[in-house]
Amino acid sequence: MALLSFERKYRVRGGTLLGGDLFDFWVGPFYVGFFGITGAFFIILGTALVIYGAAIGPTWNIWQISIAPPDLSYGLALAPMKEGGLWQIITICAIGAFCSWALREVEICRKLGMGYHVPIAFSFAIFAYVTLVVFRPLLLGAWGHGFPYGIFSHLDWVSNVGYQYLHFHYNPAHMIAVTFFFTTTLALSLHGGLILSAANPGASMDGGGQQAEVKTPEYEDTFFRDIIGYSIGTLGIHRLGLILALNAGFWSAVCIVISGPFWNQGWPQWWNWWLDLPIWN
Amino acid sequence: MQLWIPFAASAGTLLAIASFVGADWDAPPVESVQIGYRGTGMYLEKDIEKEKALMAANVVPEAPWEADPEGDRASELYENVQVLGDLSDDQFNQFMAAITEWISPEEGCEYCHNAENFASDEVYTKVVARRMIQMNQTINVDWGDHVGDVGVTCYTCHRGQHIPANYWYDDQEPKPASAMSRHGGVGKFVGNTSMPQNALMDYLLEDKPIRVHSLTALPDPNSPNPAGTKETESTWALMMHMSEGLGVNCVTCHNSRAFNDWDQSPPQRVTAWHGINMTRALNLDYMVGLTPVFPENRLGPEGDVLKIGCSTCHNGVQKPLYGVSMLQDYVDALDKKGPTDVPDFSTYVPGQTQIMGAGTPAQSSALPLQTTVADAGN
Repeated sequence: MALLSFERKYRVRGGTLLGGDLFDFWVGPFYVGFFGITGAFFIILGTALVIYGAAIGPTWNIWQISIAPPDLSYGLALAPMKEGGLWQIITICAIGAFCSWALREVEICRKLGMGYHVPIAFSFAIFAYVTLVVFRPLLLGAWGHGFPYGIFSHLDWVSNVGYQYLHFHYNPAHMIAVTFFFTTTLALSLHGGLILSAANPGASMDGGGQQAEVKTPEYEDTFFRDIIGYSIGTLGIHRLGLILALNAGFWSAVCIVISGPFWNQGWPQWWNWWLDLPIWN
Repeated sequence: MQLWIPFAASAGTLLAIASFVGADWDAPPVESVQIGYRGTGMYLEKDIEKEKALMAANVVPEAPWEADPEGDRASELYENVQVLGDLSDDQFNQFMAAITEWISPEEGCEYCHNAENFASDEVYTKVVARRMIQMNQTINVDWGDHVGDVGVTCYTCHRGQHIPANYWYDDQEPKPASAMSRHGGVGKFVGNTSMPQNALMDYLLEDKPIRVHSLTALPDPNSPNPAGTKETESTWALMMHMSEGLGVNCVTCHNSRAFNDWDQSPPQRVTAWHGINMTRALNLDYMVGLTPVFPENRLGPEGDVLKIGCSTCHNGVQKPLYGVSMLQDYVDALDKKGPTDVPDFSTYVPGQTQIMGAGTPAQSSALPLQTTVADAGN
């Protein structure tokens, strides 16, 4: 595959965390590295096991294939392959693959001499996943508390786990997480709309009857200063987007890890602290 | 300086601290019960310490003594024994000793009896007690679908108190009602939620449809779902009452991927269905009819009788008294039906003894509300 004109600048040696020069090569456009090898291993093994699980399961319907965790009775022990053991090994593969990917990102960052923003951001997603399938099951004392790997089945799991606590929307950390998710999409849509309109002046004319050109950040700032009195700026919007998105993932992890280990009543009843305030009680 | 900023920040901080300190947090380990197939997320989490406290508070009391079923019948020995006449003398006295411990351990016999004349119906509580014994017999004989072989005794609800700890009544507070007070109040009958407090009236007294679930993914103009937000909220209120009253959660009876579908629901839903019908029948056939007998201070603020809900028997436990049966010691008193006649309580005069079924048609206790034992649609 031919190199793009700017790729020569980025394809630099070194920056590896493990393996020195041994895995420091590219396959086509893809950097490999030690963690590319481990990542490929976990991805291939994990996917093969999911396919095996589907093969011994009741259906090949892509929506309904489900790899379920063990019964609670197995606690934190290993379960037989067909009774949740498959889920346990696939979970190890998933964590191995996600972490390999994050560490490969770190190596690429080091090659490019840039900050670790991308792997740190990705690590929040890994943290949320590990919270769901490792930390919370450990705290509750059984791998059976993990979620099943299936397109519909994991949605059913989310629904039922919500109803375990009567009404999950009363979970304060869930409220915070949802607020961050919505704010992330709001910020992204405002930012996307701004960039698209600044970059595509369309048929609008500048003074003198000339076709308008792409607008500079000064115009972007002016637009938001006009409508909300403040513009966060070109770099600031990306920092804001990052902090909003990471908080969304982080508080999602918090809201599920407190459900069960630290709270086992209905979430609406959590708010009884308000009724119990010494002001009126 | 903008003063509101430090004020708002302090208020926010105080509330955050209050929510951390004031909420009833728990720490692992936690007791988990698996309800559905693995991976469906149908689990019930229980606090180990609270579960221990509940276990300690729900211990079955022993029978005062083992009763001898032989000998003369109570109806031959005592006057005015209208329901328990078939018991032997020893059984009768053993049951009276037990019921005293169950309902008025401090006042003793005189809570229901005139000490000078035990046969007299002077004290209204005796009239109520007689009807409640009939109710026990009905539950144990006719409602096996809900109470199984475990059955109930007076103790299931009373627990050594004159009035069971959990009951409900027509609650119209605050007055005058405002748009604000209709919602946003604390519904103590409905799990401390702000759901409509009087929803129990719709289902545990009247027979309104509970199932508000749409059966199609999209609205179907040919068979529209008649339930609106109002009906849905009332259903939720009942469900909150049940889950809080039994210490369970939604997935104890439902797979939330299809709340409506019986085939996907745990079998407990069937028991609960019979329970709703039973509670409605008991309120209609026993509690409402007794309204004229109770003095004013034993009625709700609107003058209605205190009524049975799920928590009345369950007291926060899925199987009342953890499923331990007390019936074996009181088989003849509570697990068989005695006379089922009812005096006409609408002509009740305090102090006078009424004889069951005398001069009135049988089963006349229920006020004009319909009786719903078997025809309930929910």
